[in-house]
Amino acid sequence: MALKIVKGSIDRMFDKNLQDLVRGIRNHKEDEAKYISTCIDEIKQELKQDNIAVKANAVCKLTYLQMLGYDVSWAAFNIVEVMSSSKFTYKRIGYLAASQCFHENTDVIMLTTNQIRKDLSSPNQYDTGVALTGLSCFVTPDLARDLANDIMTLMSHTKPYIRKKAVLIMYKVFLKYPESLRPAFPRLKEKLEDPDPGVQSAAVNVICELARRNPKNYLSLAPLFFKLMTSSTNNWVLIKIIKLFGALTPLEPRLGKKLIEPLTNLIHRSFSSRVLIFICFGFFKLAHKKSFSDVIVSLCYITVLISLSSGMPNHSASSVFLRISVVKYLGLLAMSKILKTHPKSVQSHKDLILQCLDDKDESIRLRALDLLYGMVSKKNLMEIVKKLMIHVDKAEGTTYRDELLTKIIDICSQSNYQYITNFEWYISILVELTRLEGTRHGHLIASQMLDVAIRVKAIRVFAVAQMATLLDNAHLLTGNMQRNGICEVLYAAAWICGEFSEHLENPVQTLEAMLRPKVATLPGHIQAVYVQNAAKLFATILKNQEGNTDSTAAQETSQMMIDRLPLFVQSANLEVQERASCILQLVKYIQKLQQKDVEVAEEVSALFAGELNPVAPKAQKKVPVPEGLDLDAWINEPPSESESEDEQPKAIFTKEEPKHSRPRHTEVDEKELARRREARKQEQANNPFYIKASPSSQKVYQEAPGVEHIPVVQIDLSVPLKVPGLPMSDQYVKLEEERRQKERAEKKKKEKKKRKEKRSGRGKKHDSGPESEEDITPAHVVDIVTEEMPEKSSKHKKKKQKKEKEEKEKKKKKKHHHHHHHSDGGGEESVQNGTVEEEEPLTFLVFPLPRKVCDIQGNLQDGSQVVVSVIFENKSDSFLKSMEFNVLDSLNSKLQRPEGSGPHDGLTVPFQLPPGVSNEARFVFTVQSIVMPQKLKGTLTFIVKDSSTHEKLDFKLHFTCTSYLITTPCYSDAFAKLLESGDLKSSSVRLEGVNMPFHHLLARICFHHHFSVVERIDSCASMYSRSIQGHHVCLLVKTSGQTVSIDAKCDEPTLLGNVLDEIKQTFSQC
Amino acid sequence: MMRFMLLFSRQGKLRLQKWFTSMSEREKKKIIRDMTTMVLARQPRSCNFMQWKDLKIVYKRYASLYFCLGVESQENELLALEIIHRYVELLDKYFGNVCELDIIFNFEKAYFILDEFLMGGEIQETSKQIVNRSIEASDMLQEDDISEWYEVELFG
Repeated sequence: MALKIVKGSIDRMFDKNLQDLVRGIRNHKEDEAKYISTCIDEIKQELKQDNIAVKANAVCKLTYLQMLGYDVSWAAFNIVEVMSSSKFTYKRIGYLAASQCFHENTDVIMLTTNQIRKDLSSPNQYDTGVALTGLSCFVTPDLARDLANDIMTLMSHTKPYIRKKAVLIMYKVFLKYPESLRPAFPRLKEKLEDPDPGVQSAAVNVICELARRNPKNYLSLAPLFFKLMTSSTNNWVLIKIIKLFGALTPLEPRLGKKLIEPLTNLIHRSFSSRVLIFICFGFFKLAHKKSFSDVIVSLCYITVLISLSSGMPNHSASSVFLRISVVKYLGLLAMSKILKTHPKSVQSHKDLILQCLDDKDESIRLRALDLLYGMVSKKNLMEIVKKLMIHVDKAEGTTYRDELLTKIIDICSQSNYQYITNFEWYISILVELTRLEGTRHGHLIASQMLDVAIRVKAIRVFAVAQMATLLDNAHLLTGNMQRNGICEVLYAAAWICGEFSEHLENPVQTLEAMLRPKVATLPGHIQAVYVQNAAKLFATILKNQEGNTDSTAAQETSQMMIDRLPLFVQSANLEVQERASCILQLVKYIQKLQQKDVEVAEEVSALFAGELNPVAPKAQKKVPVPEGLDLDAWINEPPSESESEDEQPKAIFTKEEPKHSRPRHTEVDEKELARRREARKQEQANNPFYIKASPSSQKVYQEAPGVEHIPVVQIDLSVPLKVPGLPMSDQYVKLEEERRQKERAEKKKKEKKKRKEKRSGRGKKHDSGPESEEDITPAHVVDIVTEEMPEKSSKHKKKKQKKEKEEKEKKKKKKHHHHHHHSDGGGEESVQNGTVEEEEPLTFLVFPLPRKVCDIQGNLQDGSQVVVSVIFENKSDSFLKSMEFNVLDSLNSKLQRPEGSGPHDGLTVPFQLPPGVSNEARFVFTVQSIVMPQKLKGTLTFIVKDSSTHEKLDFKLHFTCTSYLITTPCYSDAFAKLLESGDLKSSSVRLEGVNMPFHHLLARICFHHHFSVVERIDSCASMYSRSIQGHHVCLLVKTSGQTVSIDAKCDEPTLLGNVLDEIKQTFSQC
Repeated sequence: MMRFMLLFSRQGKLRLQKWFTSMSEREKKKIIRDMTTMVLARQPRSCNFMQWKDLKIVYKRYASLYFCLGVESQENELLALEIIHRYVELLDKYFGNVCELDIIFNFEKAYFILDEFLMGGEIQETSKQIVNRSIEASDMLQEDDISEWYEVELFG
């Protein structure tokens, strides 16, 4: 035994201790890793020995190595061994190692529970202390649960040294094992009044942390803390308490008032000490509450500001560490806190804050940036952003630059672009931002571009032009792989160019830019947008070019599409591939038509018709719930009720299968699915005949021959050139200045005028005062789509509306004028039918008579055509000839023209009209949807024989819903069955003050609205009609006195609503 | 509450790390790397505060050694600075005009002092005297142990 000990001690003499290890590492700077690996081998040997001192030494060395970044988790068990040593020296090392190396997932922690419990109840307070310290670092939910009771008893230990540690660790226990909070809280509260200041401060710390998470529950402790605050002299504790009050005052406003006095006392007491500033910051938290007098707030922040602006180093005598930069930082921080409650007082320091943007220190710059957000106004936005743009150019680090970028966008876009007066300027700022290298915020810029282009209608022309240049110079953005983030901008650019392509100056060039082979290197989602928008552009180009006589240009464009699109068809991205192949086929088809000289532009552009309007997030609220729609009612009866209903015998036809006999919805849970999938995979893997999906399946496409495979080398300009043709945002600043100056000048003029008129004596007073916020009128107006519109912008809107109205009125006047001019060409004429609506008196009558035409074209559906018979009556004294009838087609309705004629060609009326003669001509219209009434604009051109001048008459064709109805007889039993079937939607209308016999009324409905009476009983009648598309319309008309109520049913609610409206109108006219 | 405290040299060598919440080794390494690069890149007369993710980083340089403290965002920066300073004072008191080498060779002592001063991310003891006293007391206990051990070795 003795020999063994001696042997051990001799070994130990050759062992390295910690100092040797450190020294060794320092001496082996070149081959540190090698040296350490030999050391670790030695340590492993040492750990195998029985001697606890050797083990402790080894563990100590391991702790050091762990700090250097070496993995020592393999020694976790040895650490536990050392922890359980009875000697304090080793125990201390063991716990230290454990606290450094263990984390929640270390499995040996489970083994330590009993050891820790033993140490906690050790008679030696330092044993307990060491155990508590260690535990605070690696406490797990299990340990917390098992040891919560032991720690709770330690909270009332006789030694304050243990008590304070126990109190502190309790917080960790609460976090891991929240159930312990309730039983432990009373004791924790007791500790607030512990005689030992250390324990007291520990308890304050813990309760502050708890209260921060859930302040409500700790309001009851406020009086206690108040007492502590007035009595305590420990600054550390005071700071914590003030912080706690900061969390409590928002919940209890009265607290704020009460706190003013003691806090002011504290300030006076600790003036010229660091604590002053600490307390100030405690205040700023509280300053959110209005109840705090401005005096104190401004006092605090002026103190900070003075030192900030006067550049006085070490304002507080005792603070050795308060540098000017620190004070600056804190000043800005303080400002950001009072900005919310006292924005005016901060705004007055704008210059100071802008100065801080130039500070060398990034932290200070970032703080100043935060402040800028709340400081912009319409007046200074451009100036501030300009300054920021300069910083963007200068900034070295990408993090700071990215921060600047997001801030610029934040500042500009805040509260619905409230502060932007010139959107051209904003777009050019965004475009300038795209020149940033390696920013991560490409998508942010892109979304701003989209947002602005969609919402500010006036800017679209400009935006489209900008985006076209961007697309044209896309290689500048994508040239460098590092700049990948910014290519998101192309997404927006492509979309804007496509969607608003009508504004493009040179759409062919843009289309060409969008189909360059280089595009294929962009991310998939961007390519997809490119392809889709290339198609939109293509449609616009076709439309533009078909007006020309030369059709080769259009064909060239199609050829370009066909040449370039296959590149995208081969894309690995599904979305791109799918869209490209779809569009490619479409273009091929179009080309075929073009070769036959068929005009297709109209149809192609119909693919992308319709304008995109911004919709407010709360817009749904504004849509009124249609009459008779109960949103809370069941659409289908709930199943339990329906079963009881089943017992009632229903009509034979509608008898349903009993509910429970339906195939039961098999519910397969996730696990089961996963199991099956696994099994299937297994099966497939074992099945030699199963062809597995190969990752290179996309290669199949590459068999398709094509020139596109020849790699095209594009010269890559990685130099950040200025994108040619892009405007510099600076010029807008100037322009804006000029604009404002002009406005101001005009205003002044006006004011002068006014003054002159008034002839008041003291006019000159506010002559050249600084322009106020309201004076600046924005150059563009944003479509604000939120519900709560800021007052200012709504004002502008009103103005705009007014303007529009005025314009309309002007137009009307013009028309009248026009009409007078022409009135001698065609005579005055009366109008008979409600289905015709003219802007001017016409020389003819229009009598649209819908008729079902079955014999025209087999491939067209029945009911998609309407025949319009027009009676032309010449009321003038002249002979009219070569009449042409033309209608401007809408999406829904089109005039049928003979094959080969263009979509805008008129139809020749096949007769001439001598004076006083009338004749009828028929025109066929194709109608898609008949549920809505429609108005078509048209013109009639003719030549007056005597003067041989061309004359023109405008008219409107009104396709009412009624005109789509055909009188169809219906028998009462079929009618009853129809009503019973239950798939008709109902609606009703009431007519007041109808003063006519009932049969008269029915006749009117029959005549004007093409209904037939099914049955009539006294003052009640059922009526029926059918639309050309086969919708059933059933009416139940009841009359009592002068009120007529019509209950109606139809399988198409919109159609029904419109028909009812028309009926109502018919009766309101008589 | 504090999250971590790091001590590192001007060359970026870590001298001490204390984590007040349990964290995986990978996270720790990432934070250490970020902190050393961020702090060392700072210009000489900058302020002592930085923002890193949701944490406030407060650092201060004493001679060749950087003290870096990561606190949660609602904590007071100046208080954190004061904590660093207090720790330096404690080290100074214990080692007597402390230098980097003291901390390198007696790194476990530096930890013990820190453990008496801070615990679980909160200040445990604000009084310098009490911290010193408890350190001395536990060191005495250790001395006892060691002398005992010598006795065993010599006479056992």
